[in-house]
Amino acid sequence: MKQVAELLSKDVSGILEKWIALQENGGGVGRNAISRDELVSQSNDFLKLFAEAVASGKSEIEDEAWDETLMMLREVAMYRSQRGLKPKETATFVLSLKEALFERALSQKSSSKLLEQLWSVTTCVDKLGLYVMELFIEKREDVIERQREELLEVSTPVVELWTGILALPVIGTLDSARAQAVMEALLQAIVDYEAKIAIIDITGVPAVDTQTAQHLLKSVRAAELMGAQCYISGVRPQIAQTIVQLGLDLGGMQTKGSLMSAFRQSLTQLGMKVAENSSSNG
Amino acid sequence: MQSKIPILKLGEFLLVSIQVDVHDRTALQLQEDLSNEISRRHSRGVLIDISNLEVVDTFMGRVISDIAAMAKVLDAETVVVGMRPAVAMTLVELGLELPMVHTALNLERGMELLSAHLEKGDD
Repeated sequence: MKQVAELLSKDVSGILEKWIALQENGGGVGRNAISRDELVSQSNDFLKLFAEAVASGKSEIEDEAWDETLMMLREVAMYRSQRGLKPKETATFVLSLKEALFERALSQKSSSKLLEQLWSVTTCVDKLGLYVMELFIEKREDVIERQREELLEVSTPVVELWTGILALPVIGTLDSARAQAVMEALLQAIVDYEAKIAIIDITGVPAVDTQTAQHLLKSVRAAELMGAQCYISGVRPQIAQTIVQLGLDLGGMQTKGSLMSAFRQSLTQLGMKVAENSSSNG
Repeated sequence: MQSKIPILKLGEFLLVSIQVDVHDRTALQLQEDLSNEISRRHSRGVLIDISNLEVVDTFMGRVISDIAAMAKVLDAETVVVGMRPAVAMTLVELGLELPMVHTALNLERGMELLSAHLEKGDD
């Protein structure tokens, strides 16, 4: 790798110029995402570190000689993913360096030895490229994970319809994690509001399978253990058919056609009466 | 050696407050004491307060079920009060649904429930 290191130190400005030109073609520059000045300074810093790493003669990027280069890449990748650049554009930052290196090497009177060494250097660049992609994906995964958690938090609202009567509108598919969240929210709300009756409304649940039914059943049982009664409302015709076809046992689960009828039933149970005001129509 | 679990009289009901993990011996002792107490006072209802329990295992579940069954034979209803959400979830996961046992959110509700039950029965 010695000769490549020499080339890197001798022809820094040439390589840099070529590399930046390549990046401007496919690196997402100018889409307001990243300015030319930023690109030049990033490329400049990176090339310096890269040259040092190559000069150390280690071809494995896990080696500590590459640590600083990786650190710098990490920053670049984070910065670019925050700016909303595409993965391809971020990878181009690293991978286009290969072409720049080759071009400059060929333009000079290069020995076969230099080309041989170039090969091992380009494999390093490939590894760096993969490293950047991994970072990029990691960052995206973090965002997805955070959004998933936030979704869980906002997806289980508890509404107090009346003193002692709660409603939990469930929207979306009930997988295990969400069912657990619904159960926890339900039980905690029973404690907080000292509720006697809870209505779980599944109007917004597109489909019910064996597992969902199990989850609902468990929630109902747990609520009963806490001394509250549960109604399931908003069962759609398709869901009713599914339940019958699958032969699901809703053992003791009280279902109501709509939230309204469940609410009316709950009021009656608490000794309230819903009546029309006779004086209203004169 | 564990101390005995006290049984308190609360109007026409009996109140047992379980504060700590119960061992076999204590559980048997409690059942014996409670059955004696029910027949001596002609109690119609038993309240078991488990608001201090953070964990209820299968053994504890069985103790509660046994007490309820025994009280039933002596013509008394049992209400478990103050179960925590985490405990309720665990019991459901374990498949322990405490049949025969009524449940209520807190002591006050438990007493209301028993009173209502007695009124219905006396009609």
